[in-house]
Amino acid sequence: MVIPTNIMRETMIMRLRERMAEDRRIYFVSADFGAMSLDGLREDFPDRFINVGIAEQNCINVATGLALEGFTVFAYGIAPFISMRPYEQIRINLSLLSQTRPLNVNILSVGAGVSYDVSGPTHHCLEDISVMRTLPHMRVFSPCDADCARQFIDFALEEGGPKYARLDGKAQPSIYGQRQADFGRGFDVLRRGAEVCIVSTGVMTHTALAVAERLEGRAGVIDAFMLDRLDEVALAAELRPYARICSLEEAFVGCGGLDSLISCVIERQNLPGRHARFGFQPGFNFDNGGRLHLHRCAGIDPDALVAALAHN
Amino acid sequence: MDIQALKDKSHWIWRETLKIHRACPESRIASSLSCIEILVALFYGGVLRYDPKKPLDEGRDRLIISKGHGSISYYPLLADLGFIDKSELDAPGSLGNKLKAIPDTLIEGYETINGSLGHGLGVGIGMALGLKAKGSDRKVYVLVGDGELNEGSVWEAVMLAGHHRLDNLCVIVDANGLCMLDWCRNIVDLQPVEAKFQAFGWQGERIDGHDEQAVIAALERFKAKPAGHAPCVVVAETIKGRGVPSLEGDSLCHIKSLKPEAVDALLSREGA
Repeated sequence: MVIPTNIMRETMIMRLRERMAEDRRIYFVSADFGAMSLDGLREDFPDRFINVGIAEQNCINVATGLALEGFTVFAYGIAPFISMRPYEQIRINLSLLSQTRPLNVNILSVGAGVSYDVSGPTHHCLEDISVMRTLPHMRVFSPCDADCARQFIDFALEEGGPKYARLDGKAQPSIYGQRQADFGRGFDVLRRGAEVCIVSTGVMTHTALAVAERLEGRAGVIDAFMLDRLDEVALAAELRPYARICSLEEAFVGCGGLDSLISCVIERQNLPGRHARFGFQPGFNFDNGGRLHLHRCAGIDPDALVAALAHN
Repeated sequence: MDIQALKDKSHWIWRETLKIHRACPESRIASSLSCIEILVALFYGGVLRYDPKKPLDEGRDRLIISKGHGSISYYPLLADLGFIDKSELDAPGSLGNKLKAIPDTLIEGYETINGSLGHGLGVGIGMALGLKAKGSDRKVYVLVGDGELNEGSVWEAVMLAGHHRLDNLCVIVDANGLCMLDWCRNIVDLQPVEAKFQAFGWQGERIDGHDEQAVIAALERFKAKPAGHAPCVVVAETIKGRGVPSLEGDSLCHIKSLKPEAVDALLSREGA
């Protein structure tokens, strides 16, 4: 069985399996959610893999208890369920408690945005960036590919505190390759352009690159992957030359997500660029038709974005 | 500590708890009065291993007070044993004092933050698993209210602990029979509570929660059980607002505060 290296959860769990072999203080707690790579991890470390069952609240609570005993814990589940079902457990036992107790709990949340496109709005997860960003001390990681995602494991083992990793459910082409993601900086400049800069996160960075390609040098692309906080001064320096700044996310806009992060940077750093927010308008989409269709409905498919960004 | 000394300690804590409530009327007095003897049994009855000067010492037994809001009676105990300075009892709820209406982890002796209900048992499971992984023989005790058992997260935890046969985990239910608005039996009747736990693979027993010796005996039975046994629940029958006639038996006593003069009258009436 060949485990695909273009799926975020697979590269992360493969790296975690390596680290668990050398460090007995790492636990993996699943709310009955799997991955191809997880089968090997479960075999290797039956004592440190705990399936709490379909019980997301307990998943977070058990993870907290283990963390208070000094273990580093990865809590794993389906994005809308592991983020919002146990939201109060996350608030009290991770966000709040971490202000007075050292703990290292990392939520691996699979199925960001509309990854589960045809499953419909119960399985879409367009709120998690907003709701996690509002929790003090919560680090919010949103990678665009499996290479960047894999690097989170070493970062998470190094840096304590609660963290939320928002992972796409589908395979994505490689962008980072062997390049090291700078977690302190929290963003990476993928392309520079003359007029407009697209700041995107997660799967939308692929869309952003496709759009920039069609705009032939007029658009830059910045991949933002740490969404709780990033190096604001460094980001401002990158954004300052642009007359227009476009935030692009597979999430609700106007609710505290990436668009909010970028508008705060623009305001606090007094940037001249005009900000346009692209994402899903608050509302649930019941359509079949796949992910591209859902993007079209939201006006964030490549054609719509090229049309929107081509003119001032 | 002999029986009379335990009872004297409970009585002293009862008085101090009323004084705390007088200073900080937002505190939940009725539910704090129902668990005094349970706390006394745990700390003065030789049940728990603890070091007040090293409250997070690895060698301690873990006590999670999941009914956090209903535990201001723990404050005088913490001061008496030296977890916190006795001067903290002078002005709870005031600026600069660490004792609030709802306790938090800035107070030495609290493992986690509760008061929002239904969190403690799941966290206790994580601790129990972690202690086993470390080869520790330390135990995890979780004090919950019977009203708190309405929270679904409690039962997620009950199921998991039973499945894993966590022999180092003991739940003590402060069964005062009341929620905020009514008697538990009129809201969601869970009696007999221990049978619900037993259905998920726990061992359960029922005791008089105001009898320190009965609490100690039940917890010693838990400690004496062989490795691999089931997790234990001790349903401690208690009275909410115990010792305060205006609270005892009142289905709304959870949300009732006592006026300062009422506290003074109680304290003077029953003597120094």
